[in-house]
Amino acid sequence: MFKKEITAGAKSKVKSSVQRGIRTKVVETYPLLAPHIDEIIPKKSQLDLLKLPDRVSLYALNNEPLFWQHMDDAIVPHLRVVHQFPHCFSRIGIDRGAIRFVLSGAALMVPGLTSAGGQLPEPEGQLKEGDVAVIMAEGKEEACMVGQLKMGTEDMKEKKKGVAIDGGHCLGDGLWKMSID
Amino acid sequence: MAETATQDAASTEPQARHVVYCGVCSLPPEYCEFGGTAKKCKEWLEKKHPDMHEKLYSEEAIEASLSTLSLDARKRAEKDSAKKEAKAAAAEARDAERKAEAMVYIKRVERNKRKYVTAVSGLEEHGHDLKKVAKDWGKKFATGSSVTKTASGTDEIVVQGDNSDDIFDIVVDVLKVPEDNVECIEDKKKKSAG
Repeated sequence: MFKKEITAGAKSKVKSSVQRGIRTKVVETYPLLAPHIDEIIPKKSQLDLLKLPDRVSLYALNNEPLFWQHMDDAIVPHLRVVHQFPHCFSRIGIDRGAIRFVLSGAALMVPGLTSAGGQLPEPEGQLKEGDVAVIMAEGKEEACMVGQLKMGTEDMKEKKKGVAIDGGHCLGDGLWKMSID
Repeated sequence: MAETATQDAASTEPQARHVVYCGVCSLPPEYCEFGGTAKKCKEWLEKKHPDMHEKLYSEEAIEASLSTLSLDARKRAEKDSAKKEAKAAAAEARDAERKAEAMVYIKRVERNKRKYVTAVSGLEEHGHDLKKVAKDWGKKFATGSSVTKTASGTDEIVVQGDNSDDIFDIVVDVLKVPEDNVECIEDKKKKSAG
């Protein structure tokens, strides 16, 4: 989604009622994040809303990007937030061969997840289409991508091909490199 | 002491982790190899975080990471990264060259007998956001300062008042443009209509 370098558009302050809404929505989407929400978005803070190209809005606090959202899709954390709280998100893993494609901004394909180096959750912990997943990489500690799944994890195991995530946010992309001030 | 230490550990544990990011390519160091500036990143890490460098670039680590890939895939990845690196280096060289050539002109334009405006062009080549710089200067000099389009279609910053000397200093000291690349011009030509 952020293949090219992007420049932020107008920055505006978020109304406190809207900010409360965002907080509850984040907690709703990521229940594991609930104990840390005060650390990410303190109660008495002032969030900023930045408009990015392609109808993406980015929420930032003190010039640190926190979450982004494409239109009314799920609210997705910025990778820096993921790195701070890696265990609070649903995670799937890709094999080593796929890393370089992911980091150059390609769509994440299912074979990278189903192969020997990849990692998919057990049936009881399965993720459905539209869930937000954090992508870990084989042999690495930090996450390299985050985005909305295009296919449920059980489906992936069955079909073993197709697109898993399209239009996510990955390390080194435009959103990652963007500076706010 | 031991008690406070354990307490600290307990209270810091659920909090945010602090991740080191590479100062060269901004990625977490373990991803530097994909950033296109692997060599520089390695040097940076060696200098700033020797312990991490040790861990990431030790022989075993490299061996382990390579063994999971098939020979064919490894070759391809190698070729790819070499290409990427060359590309990045070329882009950097090109950028530097362009920067070395790009001149910044500070022009003093006579507006009305003893009134002047100062027009600065060419700053965008040195990687500055004209709008932001204009706003800063307006604040600093307490005058109007704006970005305007010139007749040739490029943008320039117009600051009210004769600030050419001060602006010269700012451009050199704050915006880090080499002194040789900055030139002050006095534009005697009176703006005709307007």
